[in-house]
Amino acid sequence: MKTIKTYVVALISALLVLSPVAYADKWSDQFPHIKATGDIPGECSYESMSKKNYKGKTLKINTHAVPVMGEPTALHAEQFAKLTGAKVDVTHTPAGDLYAKAMVPFQAGQAPYDIVFGFSNFINDWKRYLEPVPKKYVEMKQMQDVTPSHIGIASWDGVMYQFPVDGDRHYLKYRKDVIDNPEYQKKYKADTGKELRVPQTWKEYGEMAAYFNGWDWDGDGEKEYGSAEVMKKDDLMYAAFYSRSAAYSKNPKTPGGFFFDLKTMKPLINNPGFVEALTDWVAATKYVPPGGINFGLGDEIGSFGGGQTLFSFSWDDAFVAAMQPDSPINNKVGAAQLPGAMKVWNRSTNSWDEGFNQAPFFVWGWAVGVAKKSKEKEMAFDYLCFFANEANHQADIGIGRFGVNPFRNDDFKAGVWTQIGWDKDIAQSYVDTLAQMEDSKNRVFPLRVPGTFEFNAALATAAAKALAGQLSPQAALDEAAKQWEDILNRVGKDNVRAAYSVGVAMEDNKL
Amino acid sequence: MNFKHKYVFLFPGLFVLIGILIFPIIFTIRLSLSGWNSYTPEMNFIGITNYIRLFTDDPRFWESFFRLSFLSVTTVILQYIIGFALALIVWREIKFKRFFRVIFLIPMMTTPVIMTVIWRTFFHESLGPVNDLLGNLGVEPILWLSDPVIAKFTVIIVEVWQWTPFMFLLLLAGLLSLPKEPFLAAAIDGASSFRKFVYVTFPLMAPISIGAIIIRLIEASKIMDTVFVLTSGGPGTATETSSFYIYIKGLREFQMGYAATLSFTYLVIMIISLTIIAKVLTKLMIKE
Repeated sequence: MKTIKTYVVALISALLVLSPVAYADKWSDQFPHIKATGDIPGECSYESMSKKNYKGKTLKINTHAVPVMGEPTALHAEQFAKLTGAKVDVTHTPAGDLYAKAMVPFQAGQAPYDIVFGFSNFINDWKRYLEPVPKKYVEMKQMQDVTPSHIGIASWDGVMYQFPVDGDRHYLKYRKDVIDNPEYQKKYKADTGKELRVPQTWKEYGEMAAYFNGWDWDGDGEKEYGSAEVMKKDDLMYAAFYSRSAAYSKNPKTPGGFFFDLKTMKPLINNPGFVEALTDWVAATKYVPPGGINFGLGDEIGSFGGGQTLFSFSWDDAFVAAMQPDSPINNKVGAAQLPGAMKVWNRSTNSWDEGFNQAPFFVWGWAVGVAKKSKEKEMAFDYLCFFANEANHQADIGIGRFGVNPFRNDDFKAGVWTQIGWDKDIAQSYVDTLAQMEDSKNRVFPLRVPGTFEFNAALATAAAKALAGQLSPQAALDEAAKQWEDILNRVGKDNVRAAYSVGVAMEDNKL
Repeated sequence: MNFKHKYVFLFPGLFVLIGILIFPIIFTIRLSLSGWNSYTPEMNFIGITNYIRLFTDDPRFWESFFRLSFLSVTTVILQYIIGFALALIVWREIKFKRFFRVIFLIPMMTTPVIMTVIWRTFFHESLGPVNDLLGNLGVEPILWLSDPVIAKFTVIIVEVWQWTPFMFLLLLAGLLSLPKEPFLAAAIDGASSFRKFVYVTFPLMAPISIGAIIIRLIEASKIMDTVFVLTSGGPGTATETSSFYIYIKGLREFQMGYAATLSFTYLVIMIISLTIIAKVLTKLMIKE
């Protein structure tokens, strides 16, 4: 009898242990995208979605152009349709038009799309037209794993309007095979008298980039260059400028605003900290690849990911692209926090504070919401929940062109990355970099105020003029600050202050 | 007999005219007097505030307008010269005349946006074939798209390539419709080819030339797709044109009221300037 009991217990145990595997295989056979993990049980897993019946219903989605975010949207739409019987129409729109494509029908009181993709910094302008994420999704297990900073980015006054599908921050990417190369370290020391190391400051970044600019340092027969950066106006370049400015202008001793002084709402973007950053950036035009001044995000990903430059800094995509198995620089890259500065502007004393300062920039990322006027809200949230389920998420973050980046605590474990072929030390440096940013107490968050687009466009235009040599850095930023004053007057200082105070509270570690 | 009912037959045409021409203009004027934007999505009335802003505090619009004037005049002049030359070539009895006529028209038949993407790839400073070819000849990379001056000429190259065939087509049609007698008379008088062109062909072609130039100027003054795809108005604002700037204000920054102000002002300026240009050209090119 005891033997039979033992057999039964063993059999049940084996079934329990093996059932998730069999369960995973069932879905990964049909959906090869998740073959690495199989389905992972959860409220929005493949298994759960297969029990929903949306036959006869149509879900309309406006998303970005393929591949960045557009490709995973379409892929998960196809999967969702197969699982639930729904018809899913996906429209692809260029990045610059995502805002208007949603805003025009929003303002006209129509809902041609149930789901609209955009950037997280649209939240203030969009929130009145978006349906808050229902409690059952906010409280579900997969949402509990989202980091607090990304919950904050997706929410406004404690209400979640954007469903987290992506996490974004800017950090430094460098060619490990050059920076860690003893021969180059020796040569660099001999030629410049300085150490070749992961740049600690933007000045070091510039010196190294200039040194490794315009010659074939990886022996592939082609010239390589110092840095690939997003410098093209109207193509997210303002975010790159904020990244370069954070170290010079985000002073932990002067809380109360990075973009504006929250008390007076005086724009700070023409203070000496920002001017110093723009001066560095103008110098950077000498060490980017030919035509680098016109690089948008796609060019930057292609340039660094293709092995053309020593450094880059922006979103994760270039790093993940570089680490894909088909990349010429697979496992030859490293990640580190954005460089800092040896001085930071103190607006209280109106002088520089000497000493090292570093500030991570939690730049906006992809965000998605459900239109308040949608007639298919439940299906829409189910789709988003399915998009971001654990199996899809783990598969998506390993594909650079997808534009889906870490935003869950589990993503900050090196094992997630080594299982897709990354070297252990690179995976560790990557997750350490991301984790350090999460832990930092001197962070900058994106500007999320009414008229965000106007503020950023004014700044981008001014910075672009400086990069093109049309204006000096000081004159360019003075022009931008003047335009920011005009925008403030049009929008209303109090409106902007009320919205900006939310971001400032996050920066000042009060939220 | 009472024919008043004949006016009923005008209504359909009138209705269409009001719907597609009058209403949009009136709506644009009304919108231009509002502050409609992303945070105030309503047709409020703010008087001429937007116009004051345009005329006193928006040098970027006027810079883009003068840049547009330079680009459109330069491209149209080049298109006219090259188009006329090509038309004259295939007007004569040459071998493979029909073949060349078709070949010369191909650029116009392609989709502007797609061709501009291809041109952008050609001119890509570090990855494009143009600099690669020049590099093989020992020439340093040319900053086709990232030098403020060269980028303007890159836009001109693409525009001239794309639209010279249109000029060629109109001028060839004009040449083919010219009467033969003046040419016979000039031949009897022993006029050289050059004199025939200066004293017969060119004057006879003047009315058609004016029409072709004005049509192209109207089109060129709306240049948007080439700039949008090729340079996005950059580097800086070096290739930004009026229509691209209006697009940025309206559909990127969502300042609908102000964009309407820009559009209406631009429309008025274009009507006035094109009327003047047409009169000047008529005076210069058509001798009584």
